[in-house]
Amino acid sequence: MSATEFVAGVLLLTGAAFVLVSAIGVVRFPDVYMRMHAATKAGTLGAGLVLGAASVVFGDLGITVRSFVVFFFLLLTAPVAAHVLGRAAYYAGVPRWERTRLDELEGRYDRAHPESEGPGAPPA
Amino acid sequence: MILFEPPLGFLAIATLVTMLTVAVAILVAALRVVRGPSLPDRVVALDLIGLLAVSVISVVAIASQQPVFLDAAIALALIAFLGTVAFARFIEWQGGRDG
Repeated sequence: MSATEFVAGVLLLTGAAFVLVSAIGVVRFPDVYMRMHAATKAGTLGAGLVLGAASVVFGDLGITVRSFVVFFFLLLTAPVAAHVLGRAAYYAGVPRWERTRLDELEGRYDRAHPESEGPGAPPA
Repeated sequence: MILFEPPLGFLAIATLVTMLTVAVAILVAALRVVRGPSLPDRVVALDLIGLLAVSVISVVAIASQQPVFLDAAIALALIAFLGTVAFARFIEWQGGRDG
């Protein structure tokens, strides 16, 4: 067993573990905001580790660059997608977990007019 | 294919275990797509399934020794992101009614 093979196998298994944990989190967490936390962070890290394993296995500069491009793309888009989706869920009034104690956005958004941003919004 | 010649090496076993684990993860995430209960829940689970598909593609690239599959991973990541953003705009527009 060569060192490359060992590193790639360990990266693959770690990535698989993170990916499985994020899927379990999406099913087990009590509300949509917590589910988003599991799907976005652990899922991106797991996919990134698997992509890293691919670049280690092939050991070619072009392929390494390509898999890093995919990883950085995921790293750029995952927070944006989660933020847009969380904002949409909040506007849509998706219920929070009954034991959530703090909602800092309470009363700061006009649900009927999502384009107005509440007290802090710039004048129209 | 050299990777899956018996006796299986560590990398071959790790590849098979990863394929199985990611497949289980996709099934578990699909459970949340079915159960909902709200539309944003389903979209979060679908976004995760897109991410899992990217990982499946890179594992398949390793297993088949074909790095061209990584180009498909780029395209799939892009489409999953655009789909999630489109769904989010749709949820804001229709106010979260499911169905």
